[in-house]
Amino acid sequence: MSTDLKEALFGYTLRLGDTSLVLGHRLSEWCGHAPELEEDIALTNVALDLVGHARMLLTYAGELEGKGRDEDRLAYRRDVFDYRNHLLVEQPNRDFGHTIVRQFLHDAWAVELYGRLCASTDETLAGIAAKAVKEVRYHVRHSGDWLVRLGDGTEISHAKVADALGRLWPYTGEMVERDESEQALVAAGIVPDPAELKAAWTARVEAVLNDATLDRPADGWMQKGGRRGEHSEHLGYLLAEMQFLPRAYPDANW
Amino acid sequence: MYTQGLDAKTEQGAQPSPRLVTEQEAALQGRFQERVDAEEKIEPRDWMPDGYRRTLVRQISQHAHSEIVGMLPEGNWITRAPTLRRKVALLAKVQDEGGHGLYLYSAAETLGVSRDELIGQLLSGKAKYSSIFNYPTPTWADIGAIGWLVDGAAIMNQVPLCRCSYGPYARAMVRICREESFHQRQGYELMLALAQGTAEQKRMAQDALNRWWWPSLMMFGPSDEQSAHSSQNMAWKIKRFSNDELRQRFVDATVPQAEFLGLTIPDPELRLNAETGHYEFGAIDWTEFNEILKGNGPCNRERIEARRKAWDDGAWVREAAVAHAAKRRQRALKKAG
Repeated sequence: MSTDLKEALFGYTLRLGDTSLVLGHRLSEWCGHAPELEEDIALTNVALDLVGHARMLLTYAGELEGKGRDEDRLAYRRDVFDYRNHLLVEQPNRDFGHTIVRQFLHDAWAVELYGRLCASTDETLAGIAAKAVKEVRYHVRHSGDWLVRLGDGTEISHAKVADALGRLWPYTGEMVERDESEQALVAAGIVPDPAELKAAWTARVEAVLNDATLDRPADGWMQKGGRRGEHSEHLGYLLAEMQFLPRAYPDANW
Repeated sequence: MYTQGLDAKTEQGAQPSPRLVTEQEAALQGRFQERVDAEEKIEPRDWMPDGYRRTLVRQISQHAHSEIVGMLPEGNWITRAPTLRRKVALLAKVQDEGGHGLYLYSAAETLGVSRDELIGQLLSGKAKYSSIFNYPTPTWADIGAIGWLVDGAAIMNQVPLCRCSYGPYARAMVRICREESFHQRQGYELMLALAQGTAEQKRMAQDALNRWWWPSLMMFGPSDEQSAHSSQNMAWKIKRFSNDELRQRFVDATVPQAEFLGLTIPDPELRLNAETGHYEFGAIDWTEFNEILKGNGPCNRERIEARRKAWDDGAWVREAAVAHAAKRRQRALKKAG
């Protein structure tokens, strides 16, 4: 693999790893506080899967980079501007409705992405995707089912998820945007074409929104920046909490 | 985690009913006791004395509540776990506890109570849960100490429950014990990493042991002279060993583990009796235990508030799920008709 291609793949893998890690962190904040016991278990389970994906992806990113950074070095010793996660996943939980909308918008992307990455010409990435896709298929069913229940539930639940959808929609653009740095990866058959991904994501989202009796928000201005390390204020607090111990005790092994 | 810590005298429900029993009832009770004595499992549809049923509902639901409340002190460190491997292990552990809560509520439901009813009792403060979860987890070492000591004590309590006379409870306990013993090893391994780490980490580990040691001993419940339910529960084979026997076993197993870690158990009177082969330990301060039972522990209020908040904040979600299910049924009926 050429140096340029390797660098592009490092950036791509880091983006996927960071996105899984940050979303896993957000979901883990629910542990013990969910609306019912089954959801405590389900949300924790999804968090567990996502942190598991993050570990595989960050480990691989570290290998591609070749500077000796392992999963923990990457997770715990980078500041906000070096994180590459999507802005969507760092948005706070707010309530169960927001959490479900955020999760579904992400899961619909993840299941389409990992499904395609299974055919990547990069064997390691294809292997990671093959493991992840089995789990994200369950995730998207879980979040999609809840979105339908809440959208088509009571007036209150409908209003809550409609509000969440409007609030979170502007963060969906960057998940499927065209990115110059990815072109070489697409050409090499390592990652899927973003246009194809966008079409598949849109179809999946629209079908569930329809069942949930929710209107698809208009595609207005989209918030972007996660790919370049330009984040909301929320990520700093999330990292401060997550990284506290390794930062406070830099010489310790845990 | 827990079970016998709630055997205090203030609890009600286990005493056999004082009213006169009819001849028929006496025959049923006799037959019931014969089956228990013969180590047969009692199943949900079998006849059982009211006191046996009440005792089981109380014990199993307290155990379930303890699992659920127990998710909070450990959940407190999920977002701050210092490595991704530790984070995954802790998430899985807390998830297991939620799962234990589910099996246990299901086991209790076989005795004719609903989960919502039991949760209502927890939230109103009527039902108890293990006092150990009213202690805080201020440092990462607390996660190790809980796994090592609290789960360790729970295993001592719970392994005998795998042979409990009530079938659904015994079967739930088999699975729970398997997972608890995994948690215990994980907790000990976490402590080992701290004990072998930097001076600051070792200090963290010792501090956690200092705070969790005595509360862990209290998890076995009052001493045998003080325990209200022991003899009847033994006869019913709900309980197999006395509180003091189990506590002694725990101390005997744990002291060498602490020595291996290079940590000091905070009990100046602790010593090995060469003749008996058992460790002798200092007197337990039951005042603290009783205060926590009364609701005066460091985290009693926070724990129940957190459970109530989760329940109240989730009300609209549960209502929506019910409303949606009703709409679906209606649509299906319309389609069929």
